[in-house]
Amino acid sequence: MIAHHPPLELLFDYAAGVSAESASLLAASHLVFCRECRDRVARIEALGGAMIDRLPGEAPAAGAFEAVLGRLDEPEEILPQPEFDAVTRTILPSPLRDYLNADLKDLKWRRRSLVHEEVPLGRTEDGAKLTLLKIHAGKGVLNHTHKGEEFTLVLQGGYSDADGHYGRGDVAVGDPSVTHRPVADPGEDCICLTVVQGPLHFTGLVGRIINPFVH
Amino acid sequence: MNPGELVEYMRAARPGFGTGEPSLTAVMMNVAAGAPENPVEDRLCDCVEAIAAAGDRAAFAELFEHFAPRLKAFVMRAGADPETAEELMQEAMIAVWRKAASFDRSRASASTWIFTIVRNKRIDRFRRASRPQIDPAEVELMTEAVETPDMIVARGQAEARLRDSLTSLSEEQISVIRKAFFEDKSHSVISDELGLPLGTVKSRIRLALARLRLILEPES
Ligand SMILES: [Zn+2]
Repeated sequence: MIAHHPPLELLFDYAAGVSAESASLLAASHLVFCRECRDRVARIEALGGAMIDRLPGEAPAAGAFEAVLGRLDEPEEILPQPEFDAVTRTILPSPLRDYLNADLKDLKWRRRSLVHEEVPLGRTEDGAKLTLLKIHAGKGVLNHTHKGEEFTLVLQGGYSDADGHYGRGDVAVGDPSVTHRPVADPGEDCICLTVVQGPLHFTGLVGRIINPFVH
Repeated sequence: MNPGELVEYMRAARPGFGTGEPSLTAVMMNVAAGAPENPVEDRLCDCVEAIAAAGDRAAFAELFEHFAPRLKAFVMRAGADPETAEELMQEAMIAVWRKAASFDRSRASASTWIFTIVRNKRIDRFRRASRPQIDPAEVELMTEAVETPDMIVARGQAEARLRDSLTSLSEEQISVIRKAFFEDKSHSVISDELGLPLGTVKSRIRLALARLRLILEPES
């Protein structure tokens, strides 16, 4: 069961169709796992339907209906769907794999410490930095705080920190005032997507000399 | 033939067509759900179903008559010129025809379903990045992620009450909702534009959703 959801404003902006690319990607990926949030989004979309219904109309151009009727039977352009291998389909939700457009095995994991690896995924059109993060099973990574908002979506395994336990599909919201030290569940590496709006700041002496905190 | 003429023609050919009488199924579903009756919305749902079932062009004409002006206005409110708005409206109406089979009235009203179509058209046109797509088959595979029938019924009731309760919103609340849906503005853009703290915008929208009984009352 999903225990940690994205904030309502993120779902609202997504449902209204006004969220930035990074937020849309995060929301859509979470929705694959979470029926409660799909319900919330559908309720906000219902508000959109009711708002449109009350809108004073703008007259269509002369001949608009005939033009549309004439195009109804045009063959629909069907874009080829990218194919992904079974591991990718199991771990990455559809919005994320469409965005990456690559199989997991083709991504190059970079070792960041003895216990964690990352794949930098570049920036979305709104400037947010996307990263795939892998924490080795049973290990913890060092304290860091975040400047700017950070979201973490768990894709495989799980981890715990001071705020609780996060499993597949859960979204953690980074708070600049909180230092946390995630520890991956034993048995399986934990893979997450992180979305960061600003630069990461490591804290503490250990952090400054860039030594990982190893359990 | 314009939409009105097509509907007239169909009425002559098929007595009872388009009289606004809600279908029996729709009435029974609403009675079962304890929701207020809404013959117009029921009729619009019937029209989408008639397109899906039989490629019914007269039903499409009715939908066009109802939605085309609203969809055009919707796109223009977001800042598009009339030509672009006309073009997107026409594309959205063609998508209504093509996607009719995916419409499910137990999950959303016709207005809501068509809102999602025109919203996605607006995103695809005005942004570099297109809207992320969720594969429904993937959701079906995760049993815990599938919505329960209770959730769907409760949402249908909330949606049926929605139109009546919109008038209960304060001017402040309705204006932020309008900015989001019609002017293509996110929470943070609205906060900049109105010179209000982000927290104030968040709570206005939250309170509006709570008042419309779309979400539970926030704790604060
Ligand atoms: Zn959720």
